[in-house]
Amino acid sequence: MADIKLTNLNKSYGALHIIKDVNLDIKSGEFIVFVGPSGCGKSTLLRAISGLDSVTSGTLEIDNAVVNEVPPSKRGIAMVFQSYALYPHMSVFENIGFALENQGLGRAEIKRKVEAVGEMLQLTSYLTRLPKALSGGQRQRVAIGRAIVRGAKVFLFDEPLSNLDAALRVQMRMEIAKLKRDLPNTTMVYVTHDQVEAMTMADRIVVLKAGEVQQVGTPMELYEKPNSVFVAGFIGSPKMNFITGVPAEKLKAKSIGVRPEHFEFSDSKTDVSGTLDYTEVLGSDSFLYVTTPSGMLTVRQPGRTEFKTGQKLNLKPLAQHVHRFGDDGLRLN
Amino acid sequence: MTAQILYAFITVILGVGGCFGYFYGSNWLLDRIFPASASNDASAVRNLKLQAMIRPWLFLGPALLLLTVYLIFPVIQTIWLSFHDKAGENFVGTANYVWAFSDAQFRQSIFNNLIWLLVVPAACTFFGLVIAVLTDRIWWGNLARSLVFLPLAISFVGASVIWKFVYDYRGEGQEQIGILNAIIVYFGGDPQVWISLPFWNNFFLMIILIWIQTGFATVILGAALRGIPEDTLEAATIDGAGPFKIFYRIMVPQIMGTIVVVWTTITVLVLKVFDIVLTMTNGQWNTQVLANLMFDWMFRGGGDFGRGAAIAIVIMVAVLPIMIWNIRQANAEQGGH
Repeated sequence: MADIKLTNLNKSYGALHIIKDVNLDIKSGEFIVFVGPSGCGKSTLLRAISGLDSVTSGTLEIDNAVVNEVPPSKRGIAMVFQSYALYPHMSVFENIGFALENQGLGRAEIKRKVEAVGEMLQLTSYLTRLPKALSGGQRQRVAIGRAIVRGAKVFLFDEPLSNLDAALRVQMRMEIAKLKRDLPNTTMVYVTHDQVEAMTMADRIVVLKAGEVQQVGTPMELYEKPNSVFVAGFIGSPKMNFITGVPAEKLKAKSIGVRPEHFEFSDSKTDVSGTLDYTEVLGSDSFLYVTTPSGMLTVRQPGRTEFKTGQKLNLKPLAQHVHRFGDDGLRLN
Repeated sequence: MTAQILYAFITVILGVGGCFGYFYGSNWLLDRIFPASASNDASAVRNLKLQAMIRPWLFLGPALLLLTVYLIFPVIQTIWLSFHDKAGENFVGTANYVWAFSDAQFRQSIFNNLIWLLVVPAACTFFGLVIAVLTDRIWWGNLARSLVFLPLAISFVGASVIWKFVYDYRGEGQEQIGILNAIIVYFGGDPQVWISLPFWNNFFLMIILIWIQTGFATVILGAALRGIPEDTLEAATIDGAGPFKIFYRIMVPQIMGTIVVVWTTITVLVLKVFDIVLTMTNGQWNTQVLANLMFDWMFRGGGDFGRGAAIAIVIMVAVLPIMIWNIRQANAEQGGH
């Protein structure tokens, strides 16, 4: 059991202010995902929690104890790196057992624990191999095994799936979700730039931009009630459409946001009528790219589409799904 | 002076121009004899194939010729000489080798070479590794590395002259100008004739080579250390390994290949050590080594080509396996070519 609490956390490298006054309460056993564009400070924040990077100011508490000055190995954390960071000269067994060896456990106990973890991750027949003789997914499992075997209270994942191909990524996503189910008391903090990973795995998502927290909430909260243009544009795929000008002014907003799936078609001309420029048909969905006076809009239609390129389309946003944003880019209620 | 510079300039132009002319000309000639633009396709293809077969030999030809004249021929000549007498006239079988292994000087040399082999490569690699690690994270690290590297630019003879001053001894009552003796006198000790101290004088000579070669080890190992993925070190930190454990369990094993290459490279160098011994002691006071002994018999007082050649062959046989292993290891490091 381990809560993590960040209070007014700041991190600077010289004049470069990376993390700006972050306050965050992570509950024990929660799966938290930090998401944001490159350079938003999400990895730096994770490294600060791990202790690999120091904190410039503010406090970091794990399990109600301030750990600002506690070395990484004493924080009860385990970390899975983007590049797996396996020790290339050690077998899978030694890789997983290295932390236990450092804890001074006996041979028999290390063997028992490593083998148990190996079985859990289906690595039993690979224990004597070197990392270079493993596939990407197996290496990732070894990296996860290294975290599990220590019985850490907190798991930190730093973009663990970004080196895997698309199919394997889906599979590993499920395996990590299953891991979370098997270890309900372990707090997990997961960094990614992929909003799909964030949406599918997180209990709560923390959206970061330029070192500041934009919004914290469950995936559905962020999808249904993004509190700023930035969060609205970042969560959801394809991106939310933003419409300015007359249609927004009518709703007393600077801009309105409509997700591609929240349009209907009208027979008569509307505020957002335009020409169908291009379609992408995926089978399950079709994406229509429509040029309107308010710019290019993306529209999602279930299944195939009967519309032809060049055709005039009259789009009508579903009123209950329109997000209104003010001059400052924040949500209007 | 100006004339000399002019000659040097002309030589360079001629040399480079000659090489260029040879490669260009031979290629042109090849294309003339087997034209790729032949009238019918079949012969064009055949000519291209022939060209591809002949061209490497044409281009490698000069190098192969030089290698044969200056390397392979001397080796064969040395082997031949080692089975002949003083002047290289009468065949004496293995007499020279039999003599060598029963000669006290030769045995002394073998013994000394062995100590050199044990101490110098190990010390260079050890100090190189330690310095590389210590200078990795500090701002003046590059300056420190440059200073350590500097002696490598000094010739062995030049370095020996420098160290002769370090070890210099002046008679009782005179002021000591050697820094080592000066320090010892300052602390109230008795000055020593360092280079004639039995047995230990070997080590004083070795220090010179270590001083020169540590820079080499530092630079190569430093580059290898930087190639270690940072996150394996971070993972080890989180796994609870201390700095020493990270060094010998995570860092050293990852650069083991490079360590071996550095070690064997210096080993080969040590087997051939000659200049330092010649300059410092000329093999006196039990500091003789094989290369210097060979030189003695071959060209100086000894005047015995047979014995000199036999010693040379012994050195070559000792170096060869290490050399082959070294090259294999270096190739493996680069992904094997």
